[in-house]
Amino acid sequence: MNDEYLVYNEELKCYELDPEQKVRDDVEKNRWKLNWQLIVKDWRLYLMLVPMILVFLLWRYLPMYELLGCFKITEVGKKVAEMNWCGFANFKALMFGTTTQTTAFWRAFRNTFLLSFYGLLFGFPMPIILALFFNEIKSNILRSVYQVLTYLPKFMSTVVMTTLVTMLLKQGDLVSSTGIVASALAKLGIVTQEAANAGLLNNPNFFRTIYQISGIWEGAGYDSIVYFAAIIAISPTSYEAAQIDGAGKMAQMRYVVIPSILSTVVIMLINRIGSLLSIGYEKVMLLYKANTFVTADVVSTFAYRLGLEGGSQAIASAAEMINNITGMILVIGANSIARKASDVSLY
Amino acid sequence: MKRKLEVSELIFKIISYTFLTIFSLACLYPFVYAVSSSISGAHAVDYNEVILFPKDIQFDAFKSIFGNNQFWNAYTNTLFLTVYGTIWAIGVSILGGYALSKKRLLFRSGFNFFLVFTMWFSAGIVPQYLNYLKTQKVFAAVGITDVKWLIVIAMGMAAMNIILLRNAFEGVSSEIEEAAIVDGATEFQVLTKVYIPMSQSTIATVALFFGISRWNGYFWARQMIAASGSPNEQPLQVFIRLLLEDYTNLETLASWTAPYSPNSAIYALIVVAIIPILVIYPFIQKYFAKGVNMGGVKE
Repeated sequence: MNDEYLVYNEELKCYELDPEQKVRDDVEKNRWKLNWQLIVKDWRLYLMLVPMILVFLLWRYLPMYELLGCFKITEVGKKVAEMNWCGFANFKALMFGTTTQTTAFWRAFRNTFLLSFYGLLFGFPMPIILALFFNEIKSNILRSVYQVLTYLPKFMSTVVMTTLVTMLLKQGDLVSSTGIVASALAKLGIVTQEAANAGLLNNPNFFRTIYQISGIWEGAGYDSIVYFAAIIAISPTSYEAAQIDGAGKMAQMRYVVIPSILSTVVIMLINRIGSLLSIGYEKVMLLYKANTFVTADVVSTFAYRLGLEGGSQAIASAAEMINNITGMILVIGANSIARKASDVSLY
Repeated sequence: MKRKLEVSELIFKIISYTFLTIFSLACLYPFVYAVSSSISGAHAVDYNEVILFPKDIQFDAFKSIFGNNQFWNAYTNTLFLTVYGTIWAIGVSILGGYALSKKRLLFRSGFNFFLVFTMWFSAGIVPQYLNYLKTQKVFAAVGITDVKWLIVIAMGMAAMNIILLRNAFEGVSSEIEEAAIVDGATEFQVLTKVYIPMSQSTIATVALFFGISRWNGYFWARQMIAASGSPNEQPLQVFIRLLLEDYTNLETLASWTAPYSPNSAIYALIVVAIIPILVIYPFIQKYFAKGVNMGGVKE
């Protein structure tokens, strides 16, 4: 018997079983019963959870069950459970096959990564720069005007935004000339006149640039809110202390403002890295065309065409599964780094 | 304390003002251009004579949109999806977030993981599509044949929003809750009389996130409407997209007879889709800023 169960009894001068341990044992034995009693007592609270759990179970977790289809031979008209297993054959065919499908998949995988990576490289710093600039504007009214204007594009839906981009960059056609922005770019010599006339969105060389610039245009102002909030939260005494130490305005920026927002920047950066592979497919789908697949096709859109517009549903979901699992590893990795980074503060 | 500007500071100020001016104008310009183009004459729009201000003003493009029954139908559908979708999503999220905020909830970390996992991993488009098709069949079997109810109930729930609500509820002091319980309040009364009034701004923010995602919903609505073959259920975003696809189609352009340019028609649609949001923009802006801020700091 374990020593912890025994206690020394002073009166009888001997060891005996600990009565408290017996209670603990009883609790352990009747744990489920007690839990059940707690649930019954608090049934209203548990009832409140039910709709949420149902929604997530039915429309977030049940689709994961359909994912079993990746490991099976697709048979039209059969349920997933009834199909025959084929192990990793679908994955093999997709990743190491010799068909054009394999090439298209790796192209899509690369594009997914590149679109996100360029977004990180160019899109990520923009809101921070904007917030630093907002901080320079001392007139409240003028700053609000700038802020309201830069938040504006965020309020369009993806459909309206892409429609606008399509129209502004459109090719010259039967009845009308090139879109106004495309022709302005051609006049400025940034793109050639022929490219503008043929439609910038029809040219795979421009897709990534258009995607990033429209992304910055749409989101930079809105995303700057987080950083600007961090800047205005800096206590005025920090500035005063820096001033007494002889810091000029630029030195204050260097030694007060930037260190103060750094933790926000790091958190946002880690989040961004975590979502490297989960790119919004809606925008890509609304902007790409068959002749820009080379640079525009991402894994989700590839899977969409393969699975929903004909082809193989099993291979399509296998493609997305590879992408999503890699993405999940990135998210969890980035999260654990974030946890460590927030413990070990950078300043 | 008055002091002279340093040169570097002056340069930075000039850069700030210049950059912000250019960037804000770049944000504003497409809207101005869309409005101008939507009310300009066909020739002016087609040959880029409209740069900033409208030319040869016409309102036929708007008239034709407003006279189009399909447009009103799409608008009504979007309003339906936005209103009911937001109510449903916020209701489910408030109840769930409230329960999750309670430390006495058994298996609390398990439920939390259940939510957070959906943020990390999603099954993907094809399995989701198959799942929606099945649900649609189940819905039809119990007599709900409209796709819009499926869209309202099944789509647009977001784990992040529930977590925002949970965090807000956790921030409410427990003394007030205890006082209410002493006064004989039931669980539901505690929620409606204490927690909801005390977390109004978070609830407003989250409702706004839901509302906007509903208003903007496009992809799944289009897929499900195509699958069920009920085009009169299409929301505004799908309507706009289909018209864009139609108006940039060479055959449509070749047989175009309206007195205005097809481009004006598209720009007019864009304007009409943006206006309602611009109207409520001043009222919702402060919540937006608050919500993002909160989301950023809490993480």
